[in-house]
Amino acid sequence: MVSPSVPAAGGWAGRYREWAAAGLLAQRQCLQVAVQATAGPFVLFFWAVASLAVLLDGPNDDLRISLVALVGLAAWPAGLFWVSRYNSAVSKRRADAWYGVVIAQRHRTIPVPTQDERGHWWTGHSYYRQRRVAESVLFVREVASDPETWRDVRWLVGNGAAAAVLAIPSLALLVFGAVTAAVQLLEVYSNRGFYLATEGLDQILQFVVGLVIIGLGLAVAPPAMRLYGEWMHRALDPQVSGKLEKARLTKRVEHLTTTRADAVGSQAAELRRIERDLHDGAQARLVAIGMTLGTIEHLMDSDPPAARQLLADARQSSATALQELRDLVRGIHPPVLAERGLGDAVRALALDSAQNTEVTVSLPARPEAPVEAAAYFCVSELLANAAKHSRAQQVWVDILFRAGQLRITVTDDGHGGAAPERGSGLRGIERRLGTFDGALSLSSPPGGPTTITMELPCVLSSPRTSISSEKA
Amino acid sequence: MRVVLAEDLYLLREGLIRLLEAHGFTIAAAVETGPELLEALLEHRPDVAVVDVRLPPTLTDEGLQAALAARRQIPALPVLVLSQHVQQLYARELLADGTGGVGYLLKDRVFNAEQFIDAVRRVAAGGTAMDPDVIAKLLESRARSQPLQCLSPREREVLGLMAEGCSNSAISARLTISDGAVAKHIANIFTKLELAPAEDANRRVLAVLAHLNGTPA
Repeated sequence: MVSPSVPAAGGWAGRYREWAAAGLLAQRQCLQVAVQATAGPFVLFFWAVASLAVLLDGPNDDLRISLVALVGLAAWPAGLFWVSRYNSAVSKRRADAWYGVVIAQRHRTIPVPTQDERGHWWTGHSYYRQRRVAESVLFVREVASDPETWRDVRWLVGNGAAAAVLAIPSLALLVFGAVTAAVQLLEVYSNRGFYLATEGLDQILQFVVGLVIIGLGLAVAPPAMRLYGEWMHRALDPQVSGKLEKARLTKRVEHLTTTRADAVGSQAAELRRIERDLHDGAQARLVAIGMTLGTIEHLMDSDPPAARQLLADARQSSATALQELRDLVRGIHPPVLAERGLGDAVRALALDSAQNTEVTVSLPARPEAPVEAAAYFCVSELLANAAKHSRAQQVWVDILFRAGQLRITVTDDGHGGAAPERGSGLRGIERRLGTFDGALSLSSPPGGPTTITMELPCVLSSPRTSISSEKA
Repeated sequence: MRVVLAEDLYLLREGLIRLLEAHGFTIAAAVETGPELLEALLEHRPDVAVVDVRLPPTLTDEGLQAALAARRQIPALPVLVLSQHVQQLYARELLADGTGGVGYLLKDRVFNAEQFIDAVRRVAAGGTAMDPDVIAKLLESRARSQPLQCLSPREREVLGLMAEGCSNSAISARLTISDGAVAKHIANIFTKLELAPAEDANRRVLAVLAHLNGTPA
């Protein structure tokens, strides 16, 4: 075989030598690929066919043969796994050696089962008495759920296809050309020279055709192997095959970045508002009450009626401070939501709203607290909208949980024409929902009715758990 | 009068105990959690229970639930519920069985000792004590309904006070009008709302509340 590092000779002959060397090298690679691509599937195919043939042959006189066939069939998936993994390992070695492309081995490491105090083995899912069994269960589960395993299986098929399309035809050209030329040479040698002039001419022609076909094979092999390398790289390297995945993730990251910015921004604004309200409201009032109490102390003996008057004032101030705190708390997290959850909180909203509001709730348990709060404030906003913008008489709110989605529909019989562009707070609702990957859809033809549907992916927690450790 | 008290904040609990004892009540039990409250109510069968809505362990509406559960087992057990916020929803649940003997007040009403003690006594006597905030909201949400619109402003004031659970004399004191005038207003209100007149003051209040709640009395 010609080594690939042929010193470049000058001129036409040198170029020809290089070309032939590259062709021969590529042909050798074609041969290796062809062997590799046929060996694995061949073994698996005969394994399956043999087991099935024995089993489908009907009851065998010798039970042991049937048993062996059955075991063989049962073990076939394991065979597929090993063959495909070995096949990929060989391909990765070649990718490095032939193309200088390093494709990492990314198979998951199989976790080790842990033993509990009773001596049972825990796999992370369930307990087993035998360490062996636990290990096998872990192995099978890890391997079956490892995307790399399935990539290997796909490559076993893909490699076969690549060999059939690229490597084997190139190889066939070379072999066919070589055989054609060799046969003519043998003819000449065995006949000790030319037998007939006309035949001689024909033989020479055939010999030349053989050489041309050999040349064709040498010419075709390198581009075919380049294509094969491209194919292999794409199939085996998730970083290349994951281009689509990458695009999806990029989009997802962009989405998360915007929604996070929105969430953080609105959180910060909320906190500023709360700080302002506390500072200018309850805090200031408490200061005033303290001052009044000081004055009362001073007046207690000298002017009891005035002290009594001031006491009444102080009590009034404390009541007002409480009222302000209560409103503030309702804005942060409505107490009824903390105490009862979304369904009843929305019912309470409906009772306080100006229009007749019918609430239907179908929630088996409570959603997570942040989702609950977001949903509550969105419904609150929508009810306010229905009153303010569409002058509705009747509103229907439907809350239900299906297939991991919290779906809330708010319908009103107002005059419709709602649109996010019209500054009705719908944009804010969308942003609020966006933080949780929720979405809002709107149908509001002029003349009504308006139907707004909000969907939020969420997980339901166990019912009646505390979501607030604060006393409100 | 024997009282069972449920409040998880130490300061408030002590304050309430002192206030109630100063006005001649006996504290049968003072508890901190929902399950303890239900137990105490069933064991002591007090003349009146004073209950905070939000109690441990869950810090949800445990107090309210315990009170409602106790009333299911001991019908018309007088319960006065205190909360940092008042909800029509909770008021409706307390009034739902229509037997009276319920109160629902903001915690700050305790500041005004006379009014608070009056409310406790009223509930213990089988009357009602509804927070003005609840009644205001009720009236607000019913304001557009036909019957309420034909009431005069004065009649509406009387209706509000009556719904809170005030007696005729209390209403006359609050509005500084004569007892006779109050009785006349109430008769008019009952005519305009098409309610059957009831002799018993408590039944009368419940009828009004039921009407406002939009639930059949």
